[in-house]
Amino acid sequence: MLNNPQQTQSGGEYLIDPHQWVDKYADYLYTYAFTRTNNEDKARDLVQETFLAALEKVDGFESRSSEKTWLTAILKNKVIDNYRKASSGLAKKTVSLDAGAGQTDFFVPDYNNWRPEHVPKAFGLEDDCPMLNKELNSILQRCLQKLPSQWLAVFTMKHMDDAKTEEICSELKVTTANFWVIIHRTKLNLRACLQRNWN
Amino acid sequence: MEMDEITKIAYNCRKATFLIEKQQLSSITMREKLELKIHLAGCVVCRIFMQQSANINKMVHNLLHDDTHTEMKLNDEFKKEMKDKIEQQLNNNKN
Repeated sequence: MLNNPQQTQSGGEYLIDPHQWVDKYADYLYTYAFTRTNNEDKARDLVQETFLAALEKVDGFESRSSEKTWLTAILKNKVIDNYRKASSGLAKKTVSLDAGAGQTDFFVPDYNNWRPEHVPKAFGLEDDCPMLNKELNSILQRCLQKLPSQWLAVFTMKHMDDAKTEEICSELKVTTANFWVIIHRTKLNLRACLQRNWN
Repeated sequence: MEMDEITKIAYNCRKATFLIEKQQLSSITMREKLELKIHLAGCVVCRIFMQQSANINKMVHNLLHDDTHTEMKLNDEFKKEMKDKIEQQLNNNKN
């Protein structure tokens, strides 16, 4: 199969042709990896690793799924591996609901109300049908890039395919309590970043 | 609930925003729901936060699930390198 790139699809089965992979899927896979890691170098490496890992697994290719689906599944596992690495060490620490050292605390200690300078303001994002335009999207991507990698891992994994919280916690070795604290902090920072950059 | 407990809930935006986040992605207890309701009734800022937070979740969801958003391009040099590596690997496998 490998040596017959000219062979066409027949009987609804998909064939595999690694010679075409880069031209056909590299940009797609790169976009997929970048939106989940927010790191260009990391995304590039993951795409390359995906192709090389796929070559090793060519024999196990199920002709029922398309090459694209198959490669994407391999990449997805690599992305999750990457999250796992990013969050290693998180398990040992107990993350408290208060902001840690070096972090913005959005609330007044003890009273727990918003600090005056961090009070969320209405700027359009709170509307029922907010302007979800390109500009806001690119601000969102830039804001995601600023997050600590552990937070990005937890947050993106939860939103990626609505995975169960318990699964994510065990994959990333995070306690459930820490998981929610990270989700909370991530959102506080993301929202503030969007407000700051949107005018 | 005691009065001073209600006062505490009314002030505690930290806890309220925490519960908002948890509720959007999972579930909270009946008691937590009640606490949040009491808080939101008197806190316009956290109500804004809640709506903005829900819309951020929608945006993130679209970003991760919508294939139609602009595809990024890998640079040609890196693509060439990858192609070479793939060809090399294929030749190794043949031998």
